[in-house]
Amino acid sequence: MPPAADTLRRTPLYDRHERAGAKLVPFAGWEMPVQYEGIRQEHVAVRTSVGVFDVSHMGEIETSGPQAQEFLQHVLSNDVTKIAERGAQYSVLCREDGGVLDDLFTYRLSDRFLTVTNAANHAKDFAWFSEQADGFDVEVRDAHADYAMLAVQGPDARGIVGNLADGELPARMRTADLEIAGVGCLVCGTGYTGEDGVELLIPPDGAGAVWDALDVTPVGLGARDTLRLEVCFHLYGNDLSEDRNPIEAGLGWCCKLDTGFIGSEALRGIEPDETLVPFAFTGPGIPRQGNPIVGGGVVTSGTLSPCLDVGIGMGYVPLASADPGTSIEVDVRGKLRPAEVRKKPLYEKEPASG
Amino acid sequence: MAEASYPEDLKYHQEHDWARIEGDEATFGITWFAQDALGEVVFFDPPEVGSTVSKDGAYAEVESVKAVSDVFAPLSGEILAVNDGLEDEPEKINSDPYGDGWLVKVKLSDPSEADSLLDVAAYQELLKSGS
Repeated sequence: MPPAADTLRRTPLYDRHERAGAKLVPFAGWEMPVQYEGIRQEHVAVRTSVGVFDVSHMGEIETSGPQAQEFLQHVLSNDVTKIAERGAQYSVLCREDGGVLDDLFTYRLSDRFLTVTNAANHAKDFAWFSEQADGFDVEVRDAHADYAMLAVQGPDARGIVGNLADGELPARMRTADLEIAGVGCLVCGTGYTGEDGVELLIPPDGAGAVWDALDVTPVGLGARDTLRLEVCFHLYGNDLSEDRNPIEAGLGWCCKLDTGFIGSEALRGIEPDETLVPFAFTGPGIPRQGNPIVGGGVVTSGTLSPCLDVGIGMGYVPLASADPGTSIEVDVRGKLRPAEVRKKPLYEKEPASG
Repeated sequence: MAEASYPEDLKYHQEHDWARIEGDEATFGITWFAQDALGEVVFFDPPEVGSTVSKDGAYAEVESVKAVSDVFAPLSGEILAVNDGLEDEPEKINSDPYGDGWLVKVKLSDPSEADSLLDVAAYQELLKSGS
């Protein structure tokens, strides 16, 4: 029995998930589908054809006003001035000491910015934005109630969404305002699976019509996690936290220290002892979050890789063990399991040529 | 996946394990309810042959993509055999939890412990009460 289900929030697609036989679980205050047919089948559907995820639990913060860009430059780690018109950018939100509050995508729309938050962090992020907005001529608005969000991902995703659209889909890392199945959507060329595809921000009362028109394999949060881990995308709460800084997390590339964002001073002098690496087991077993790494370090994400059929994960290790090819051992509930540090991504569709 | 079923000839443990008792030997496995709650099993970590297990103690692990679950011994004894077929096909625990998905065979150290296990009616009653 899910505890206290009546206090959990539900997305506009809840009834459809139930009808589709989803296993619904509490997640970050929401009652979300973790799987439908099975994590493996859903995972493979996204890698080989297409799947749709209801990610309406994710939050949105809208920033507008004359100093919107200056304000976001102050709070976000990446160089916000580099976001093209209708473009998208990944960044982290840091505390003064460099601890990571969240990782986020920000979209530059015609007259405002939209920042997508992790569900578990949304309230915290919005409070942080509001607090930091003091002294800037901006309006920061909690826009979560304005949107349902679907991710359509996989090699066939663009074809399927394109057939329902009244115009051309945006390129990767771009956005467009389009009607999908007659519903006005913000279409974003982004995702969290390593596959091509789009994410759709939809007025909540239109989400059902878009979901029905798509009519593709529904995919739960279970496969969302295995898909992202195969391509080594960070998950906040696992691989990122307030106790870790973005440099050791391998996110220095999106921390433009010269922009002077909150936390940049602290990060400037940081020389981490540990760094986040992907690894794969070379024998049996499945790594899990919290498993110690022998010789120092800890697993922050672990699963069985449906595509590689071995245990994979990411974890913080001492710099001496961080090079790809290094043999490590993971203590999985008392059993030492051999593993090898790998390069990102752990799974690659086409073997790199040349 | 197999339909829900609970064979009459088995004894059940409240942690959703079953025992098929034949004299002073028994076969252990997990129930339909347990495999359904876990989802697709992708890894079975068996105990060593020759090791001992104690009634109500965890003796092995089964893992789905997302979760790890301990397997509890319904009875005490010594491991005589483990189901090697599960190394390559752990999903048999889902498709045939009382047949090809058996986990271990055990030489019972105290067959009278079976008196404290549930019969099928009592186990189904337990499931209905939602524990």
